[in-house]
Formats: sequence, C-alpha cells, structure tokens
Amino acid sequence: MLGSLVLHLVLLLVFAPLWLGIIIKAKALFGGRVGAPLLQPYYDLARLWRKGFVFSRTTTWVFLAGPVVGLLVPLLASLLIPFGGIDAPVSFEGDLILFVYLFALARFFTVASALDTGSSFEGMGAAREVTFSCLAEPTVLFALLVLARLADGLSLNQLFGDHLGQAWQGGAGASLGLILVCLFVVLLVENSRIPFDDPTTHLELTMVHEVMALDHSGPLLGMILYGAALKMMVMSALLVRLAVPWQTGWWLTDAGLFLAGLVGVSLLVGIIESTMARLRMPRIPQVLIGTSLLSIFALVLVLR
Amino acid sequence: MELTNSILLAVILINFFTLGSARLGACVRIVAVQGALLALLPIMVHGVTLHSTLLAAGAFCFKGVIIPWMLLRAIQRVRIRREMEPIVGFVPTLILGTLTTAGTFLFADFLPLISAHHEGLYVPTALATIFSGFLLLITRRKAITLVLGYLILENGIFIFGVLLSEALPLMVETGVLLDLLVGVFVMGIVMDQISREFSTLNTERLSALKE
Repeated sequence: MLGSLVLHLVLLLVFAPLWLGIIIKAKALFGGRVGAPLLQPYYDLARLWRKGFVFSRTTTWVFLAGPVVGLLVPLLASLLIPFGGIDAPVSFEGDLILFVYLFALARFFTVASALDTGSSFEGMGAAREVTFSCLAEPTVLFALLVLARLADGLSLNQLFGDHLGQAWQGGAGASLGLILVCLFVVLLVENSRIPFDDPTTHLELTMVHEVMALDHSGPLLGMILYGAALKMMVMSALLVRLAVPWQTGWWLTDAGLFLAGLVGVSLLVGIIESTMARLRMPRIPQVLIGTSLLSIFALVLVLR
Repeated sequence: MELTNSILLAVILINFFTLGSARLGACVRIVAVQGALLALLPIMVHGVTLHSTLLAAGAFCFKGVIIPWMLLRAIQRVRIRREMEPIVGFVPTLILGTLTTAGTFLFADFLPLISAHHEGLYVPTALATIFSGFLLLITRRKAITLVLGYLILENGIFIFGVLLSEALPLMVETGVLLDLLVGVFVMGIVMDQISREFSTLNTERLSALKE
C-alpha cells in the first residue's frame, strides 16, 4: 500500500515534465530543427522556482489558490488510477466520479484565480476554458460508463483492470476503439494542445488556457506549468492503460511498459501538433459534441 | 465475422461524418469509400460465387468509382466547396443522426427476424444508414448534398439486400444501380440548369419559381 503510493508519486513527479520535452522535440524534428534539449521543461521549472513572487495589488488569496489547487489535484487524481499494470493505491466504489470532478475543482480554482486579476483577457480565456471543458465532460463520463459496463464495477481500478485485453478481442473492441479516440480528443482539449488551443501562442485573443496564466509569474507560473504537466501525464495514463492492457506482474517491467506507452502518446501528440492546423474557434464545440455523440454510440454498442 | 462488423461500424461512422461535415468534396469522397466498403460485403457474407462477385463488382464500379467521379466533376464545374446554411444546422443533424442510430440499434432487437440475423449489426446498420440518408435529404439545400443523401439511402438498402442476396436476383440489383445512375444523371442535369439560371445551387429557389 505505502510502497505503491510512493511508486505512483515518484513516477508522476519525476517523469511528468519529460513528456512536454518529448512533444517539443518531436515538433522541432518535424520542423527540421534540432530543438531544445529533452530536459528543457525541468530547467524552465527550476528557473521559475528561483524567481520571486510578484502580486498585483488588486488580487486576493484566490489568485494564490489557483496554482496550488492546480498542482495538488493531479497528485490526488493520480492515486485513483492504475499506472499501466501497477494498481491504484487508493480505490473505492464510485471513485470515477471523484476523478472527473477533481479536475473540475482544479478548473474552478484556475478560472477563479484568472477572474481575480480583473483582466478582461483573462475573463475571456476563462469563459472559453469553461465552455470547452463542459462540452468535454459528457465524453469522459460516457467513456467511463462504457468501461464500467465492460468491467461490472465502479472503481477505476476495476474499470482499467486486466479484463481489457479480452474485451479488445471480444465484441467490445469497436466500442473500446471509439472511446480511445474520444478520450484522446479530450486529452488534447483539456491540456490545450494544438487542434484546439496552441500552448505556445502569444496572442491573447486566440489563447484559451494560457491566457488565464498571464498574471502569474515566478514560482506560481512554475506551479501552473508543473500542474499542467502532471495533469497531462494522469490523463495520458488512462489512454496508455486502455491501449496497452497487458501486464507482466513485476512492478519494474510494468513501469517500463507504462513509460514506453507514455512516450508513444507524447510522440503522437507531437506529430498531430506538427501536421495539423488549429481549428477555428466555432469548430471546437462542434468537434466536442461529435466526440460526445461517438461515446454515446459506443455505449449503445456495448449495451445491446 | 469480425471484419464485416468493422466494415459496418465504419459505414456508420461515415454516416456521422457526412451529417456533420460542410465540405462537399470530402463528403463525396467519404461516401465513395462507404460504397467501396459495402461492395466487399456480398463476398464476405456469401463467399466467392459468380453471383456475389458480380454484385460486388457492380456495386464497387457504380458506388465507389463512377458516381463519385461524376459528382466531383460537377463540384469542380459549378465551383462550390461548402454546404452553406443548411435548413437544420450541422450539430443538430449530427445529434438527430446519433439518436436515430441508437434508436435503430434498440429497435432492431424487437424485429421478428430469423435467428441468423438477430444478433448481428446488419439490420441496425441498414436502418441507420437509410435514416441518415433521409436526414441528409431533409436538412440540406444544395443539390449535390441531396444526391449524396440519395446515395447513402441506396447504400442502406444495399446492406439489407446483402442479407437477402441469395434470394435477390441479379436483375433487381442491376435495376437499382441503373436507377441510381439515371437519378444521378438527372440530378446532374438539374444542377447544371439551376446553376445556369440562378448562379447558385440552392434547391429552395426552385420552389419560388412562378410565372
């Protein structure tokens, strides 16, 4: 119990920024550049951590709460999900609801801290973030319902258990494929990756997620970036488990398989970012409604 | 069995795509893919016989190649890219399409079918495809999309036909395909006329035609 808790947290805390480094490297290779070193996100975090705090006089404690909750929530959420073949340290009936709404809690605090600054741009970004994530939420819930139907259980540990391997081969393969695609789209939306949002953009009018962090600097910005990296790793962990449902039984090989799967997900994100253009803002809700409908269809397929 | 199920699922996903997409070129191409996929079905269900091969070849040539090619040429000639302002928006049609698809999956379980067809995806897919074609015919204004809706409708009927293809004489299927071809021809001529008269392809202008 304690061992798996430590293993989970160490895997998450140590490796989370690496995936951003891999995405940046993949994009650089596609652009014909050498690109920043793989460990650049770690250096960035260290640099931000050494800086001092700057607070605007109009802000209150809410401004501080956003990054802190944004950092803590992925840590808590990571304890609920299995990392590849490694079981979740904390598991109880119905924890999938807690998992989904922990991220909603983090979003609430991020949005509140963005609104706390009183900047009109941050208000705009907050409105977009809330709109898109409330459209992404049905997709996640329907996908989890499909898994719950296949697993006959309501804890994430059972949902992502070792029956997935047989389910892929059996009649549920099509449904699993559909929700894999849907969850990947949700991963891209929630982590503000390219077809939906550009994490490197510097134009406030088109930003979604980044615009909410405009007033945060130094350690607070570092916490936001680190929290975003953790969130991305937690959500990719679900994808990896869904796509690679094998386990060996020995924690070291399981961890290795899991990390290899995460490298695959990051490379895929990097390739999509380098080959696709950003969607127009009005197209994003349409795509998200489309994925919700696809996951509903997947549910209909497993229900009959 | 596994492969036919994947094909039928792909057919349903293509239905969704055509209901939700505004780009005519992409829609025509994806419907061509749908026709080509469906052409595989008779061979996979009934094995390689003269009858099934002829059915598959005919379906592939007409639905996968000739008709889409004609439609693509028509699009190039009248220079339209997108379906603007459909009568019902894209998202509502997509939602309706999913609801009807889910409905057909539930409905198909209550149909008095023979036991061999009871669990499979054939009947619900056929019904869902027919309904998607209907939806496309109802909700769009451009003549090309209406032809596409007609094509999808025929694809749905074809899936039904595959189940019966032992009993379905080749003449009937040939007749359906010829009908379709003539329909597309007529539509092509009509489209040409509309675009020449009104410099647009919106069919609603036809209803306003008065002396």
